[in-house]
Amino acid sequence: MKKNTFVIKQISVFSENKPGRLAAIARALQEEKINILAFSIAEADGFGVVRALVDKPQKAHEKLGELGFNVAFTDVIAVRMKDEPGGLHDIARMLGEGMINIEYAYAYSGKEGAVLILRVDNVESAITAIKKGGGTLLESSLFQ
Amino acid sequence: MGPWDPRIEEMPKEDLERLQYRLLKTRISYLYSFSPFYHHRMEETHVHPDDIRSLADIGKLPFMYKRDLRDNYPDKLFVATQDELVRYHVSSGTTGKPTVVGYTARDIENWTVSLARGLVSCGLGRGDVMQVSYGYGLFTGGLGLHYGAERIGATVLPTSVGNTERQIELMQDLKTTAIACTPSYLLHIGEVAEKMGISIKKDTLLRTGILGAEPWSEQMRQRIQDWLGIRAYDIYGTSELYGPMFCECAEQKGFHVWGDLAYVEILDPDTLEPLPAGERGEMVITMLQKEALPLVRYRIGDISSIDDSVCACGRTHPRVQRITGRVDDMLIIRGINVFPSQIEYALMSIPEVGQHFQIIVDRKGALDDMLVQVEVNKDAFSDKITDLMGIRKKVEHKLRNILNVAVDVELVEPGSLPRFEGKAKRVIDRRKI
Repeated sequence: MKKNTFVIKQISVFSENKPGRLAAIARALQEEKINILAFSIAEADGFGVVRALVDKPQKAHEKLGELGFNVAFTDVIAVRMKDEPGGLHDIARMLGEGMINIEYAYAYSGKEGAVLILRVDNVESAITAIKKGGGTLLESSLFQ
Repeated sequence: MGPWDPRIEEMPKEDLERLQYRLLKTRISYLYSFSPFYHHRMEETHVHPDDIRSLADIGKLPFMYKRDLRDNYPDKLFVATQDELVRYHVSSGTTGKPTVVGYTARDIENWTVSLARGLVSCGLGRGDVMQVSYGYGLFTGGLGLHYGAERIGATVLPTSVGNTERQIELMQDLKTTAIACTPSYLLHIGEVAEKMGISIKKDTLLRTGILGAEPWSEQMRQRIQDWLGIRAYDIYGTSELYGPMFCECAEQKGFHVWGDLAYVEILDPDTLEPLPAGERGEMVITMLQKEALPLVRYRIGDISSIDDSVCACGRTHPRVQRITGRVDDMLIIRGINVFPSQIEYALMSIPEVGQHFQIIVDRKGALDDMLVQVEVNKDAFSDKITDLMGIRKKVEHKLRNILNVAVDVELVEPGSLPRFEGKAKRVIDRRKI
């Protein structure tokens, strides 16, 4: 399955909404020399979910699990965006036309351009829709 | 205030004790013959009705526990047949099973009379308008006070709990003179009234509060009396004893336990030997005339002391002092009994969360606020916030159903709640009562 090369394993960590929790997660990753490529925090009432793309997801999962954190892998995709007005619109339009629902997304903009990380309801269809629309997906090997 | 029934209420102590002995003897003989449960328990402890030769011999009788009610759910402890029952009330039990209390017509009568005596003893009667702001329904508070107040000729305004602004409007329009509710709900009414620009003290005719169903302190009484311009009386009871039963008289020196209806022992919680009057210990209650659901030496779990002297009001019946604690970990949240074991039971049926939990009780404004922290199970953890919110909703819903009281749930990280060896201390009570 060639498509799977575009499916990236994001780690998601359950965290209570209180001081020091992010520091504890970040320290654990640092100790294992794990680099964080992109991350976001989603917050709800009293708790949050820390989501991160890291270079060694398996190791991150093990380490955080050992420390008692609730960790899960989640499949996401990363799409290159033009770092200029309309860049996000191009990608969002492709997904909209493909009837793909975005559950959440976060983005970063670096030296090589902007990247949108997406959690969608149907990964396979999203990959198809983006390819069809002429978008560029990043392979997981670029991160991991 | 003159008594409702002077013959009983001012009966000389010796006569009262003779009457209690006769009622006890009759009750025990009856239960030995007609209650398979109590017969068996007496056999187990090698006691026979013939061993009861004085009131003090009550100490020979075996105890009954809350768990007996649970284990015999719903009605196996009843000694009345269904066609003799005129009512059921249901309260939450220590685990998932509630406690069902059945009432014969005579039970309802005794309950009503007990409250009629109590309400008259704190100065209420014909001409009073009593707003009953205890819950009506399966909870005993509403209907109990309703019947008692009607019996003494007061006009009942059956508002039940909630819709506080409307309660305050009605209080003004219908000239309420007395209210029966939990002390915390009365404080809430006071606060809401102030927000509406109404002073309970100046703008209403309220002068009496019959307050109970939750522990409160002498300081709280002073605060309520000074702030709202009323006299506040403590009332005691639980659904097992019919419901709210015993009320303070105008002296405000503890609630009179009507000796013809109930016999109270105060025992040393360790040795289970009786303590002298005035000493604090575990309260054990025997209901002397209860028909449908008999209670003999019932370990109700409250801690208090007794004053056996004749009251300045002239009533000879003993007064039990304000409840100062519990022998178990029962909590009272907005008038509803909550046992941590119920929460444990509820959580067992929810695979998404662990079985460790912590309860944090606080008072927000005048109302109790209960937060239950639970750990999300590793397998149930989802990256989606909506799933996690869903788990929280599910736990809140389940707890609400089992406890009959609204609860906030907080999801916490696995392993973050304290673990206990031996007796767990799962409750942090920050209320200042």
